[in-house]
Amino acid sequence: MALSTRIGLAIVAALLAIGAAAFALVWRPAIAVIDPPNPETFAPDLVKRGRQLAAIGNCMTCHTVRGGSELAGGLPMATPFGTVFSTNITPDPQSGIGYWSEEAFQRAMRSGVDRAGQHLYPAFPYDHFARLTDDDNRALYAFLMTRQPVPSTRRDNELSFPYNQRPLIAVWKMLFLRQDGFRADPAKSAEWNRGAYLVEGLAHCGACHTPRNRLGAERSEAAFAGGEAENWQAYAINAQSSAAVPWTEEALISYLQRGWHAHHGVARGPMAQVVDSLASVDSGDIRAIATYAASLSGPRSPEQVRRGEAILAEAAKLQSAPAQTSTSTSSPPAASAAGEGAALYAAACASCHETGRSLPFAGIDLRLATGMRAPDPRNAANTILYGLPPLEGERSPIMPGFASSMTDQQVTSLLQYLRTRFSDQAAWSNVAETVAHARQAQAAFLETAAQPPNIAVNPPPRDEP
Amino acid sequence: MMTLKVNGSDHQVDAEPDTPLLYVLRDDLKLNAAKYGCGLGQCGACTVIVDGEAVLSCVTPMALVEGKQVTTLEGLGSADRPAPIQRAFMEEQAAQCGYCIAGMMMRAQALLQRNRTPTDRQIRDELVPNLCRCGTHMRILRAVHRAARMMDEGSAASVGRGGAR
Repeated sequence: MALSTRIGLAIVAALLAIGAAAFALVWRPAIAVIDPPNPETFAPDLVKRGRQLAAIGNCMTCHTVRGGSELAGGLPMATPFGTVFSTNITPDPQSGIGYWSEEAFQRAMRSGVDRAGQHLYPAFPYDHFARLTDDDNRALYAFLMTRQPVPSTRRDNELSFPYNQRPLIAVWKMLFLRQDGFRADPAKSAEWNRGAYLVEGLAHCGACHTPRNRLGAERSEAAFAGGEAENWQAYAINAQSSAAVPWTEEALISYLQRGWHAHHGVARGPMAQVVDSLASVDSGDIRAIATYAASLSGPRSPEQVRRGEAILAEAAKLQSAPAQTSTSTSSPPAASAAGEGAALYAAACASCHETGRSLPFAGIDLRLATGMRAPDPRNAANTILYGLPPLEGERSPIMPGFASSMTDQQVTSLLQYLRTRFSDQAAWSNVAETVAHARQAQAAFLETAAQPPNIAVNPPPRDEP
Repeated sequence: MMTLKVNGSDHQVDAEPDTPLLYVLRDDLKLNAAKYGCGLGQCGACTVIVDGEAVLSCVTPMALVEGKQVTTLEGLGSADRPAPIQRAFMEEQAAQCGYCIAGMMMRAQALLQRNRTPTDRQIRDELVPNLCRCGTHMRILRAVHRAARMMDEGSAASVGRGGAR
């Protein structure tokens, strides 16, 4: 054989090997369709456990759109790569998961592949769900397959090239998806391990609270250092937390169960949706989540504790002698930007935020608000513009939004003033850009979120499955 | 002194920049349609329209309305010549005690100015910030639908002066 022929064959062989490897990486078989299972074949206890798990996983929030049926999908999720629409996970055969066997569901949760063998975008957080036990997936499957089937119209994702090429997701998974399950730490308590299993897995806290790299994967070296969701900053929940008063396990339990805490304020934005979902979860699991979450920030430094106590003491002074009216705060002349911010605070904010009345219905003393100390003003901007919209049929805290009455420039002056007055942190940068972006991003979020991002106070007991 | 544009005319008012718009409307200009309910932006009784948007006048300081067009219920129509939204509320008998109704009408008016054919859902969502303690909610909904039809049928003659745009 001539040398050139041998080289040629070698190239062909190499190409075939690469092709085979690529095929093996990307291709996943379809799993046969099944007749949609009769809901009565699932044990009620299993369905009930699945409901609790679905609440911890907060499936409803992403898989439900404003005006649509629960779990029938269609929520647009803005990502840096374009918009992904959530899917219908009711047991409707055509548009939902009615034809999916449990095996197909287990595979989707573990490795982000749908029944037909197509790779799913990691907007579906299977990088977390891969840690679930088969038993928990079985219970979730039982819960979903016993819901009302709802037909829906599928909406195609709006992603730019090359992100619209699903085979590339296989490469993403090779780089970022760990499928070795959850490993308990025998040195830690059972409660801590239960919390770790839930937080790292089903509850997928890191999906929002961990920053992502340029390919949209969580940066494991910066776990829980603060990320984002729907143009809300998901605060750091590790040692870098911006909280004015350091979080404790007890505070976390109370916050996760009720949606607010006197030292930290009211959950809003996507976190309000999370606590709304958690309201129906057993307190044992909430405690476990809090135990693990509290351990993420390590021991509090004496300096952190001192600062927290000093801020609480200041706030207590206001409670015993509240400002009488909004105008009692002396307002400097409105000539400068700082003056304008101070005047706006005194006129529009202080009448609720300086009453000294207690949460959740009164405005928080802004010295305690994490948003004032956070690295960027996004959450404060969202809140000033759109407030806390009331929940229909529930008791909820209300804050009026000022989007209709304040210009971007006025909101900017107000934010700059609030930062100086209520935190000891450096001034925010790009405030005007943040405000302009928040105005349209929040309007879009409020238009599509299944319900307003606010909490129900003492919600009535939920229906049984 | 500052200039406040209300219902199409300019008023010279002696008010601090942090005085709520509601106080100036009621106390200085004697425009009493907008009501003082909670004073905290939680009930909607004080709703007026500023540059086409429904705004809670009790938490809107004067500094925020300088140079803008403020419209109160008085600017939409009068007892003799009610605007479509007012006629619709009367025809549906949507008021019981009536304290919330001016605010309801103003927010509904702002909605109808941008959307002449709102769905029931859109009306409910829009009126969420406005509370009614009597319970005429279903009549209020019907009244807003009726007003939408009246405005759509082009009863231009009864569109009030003041031209809330």
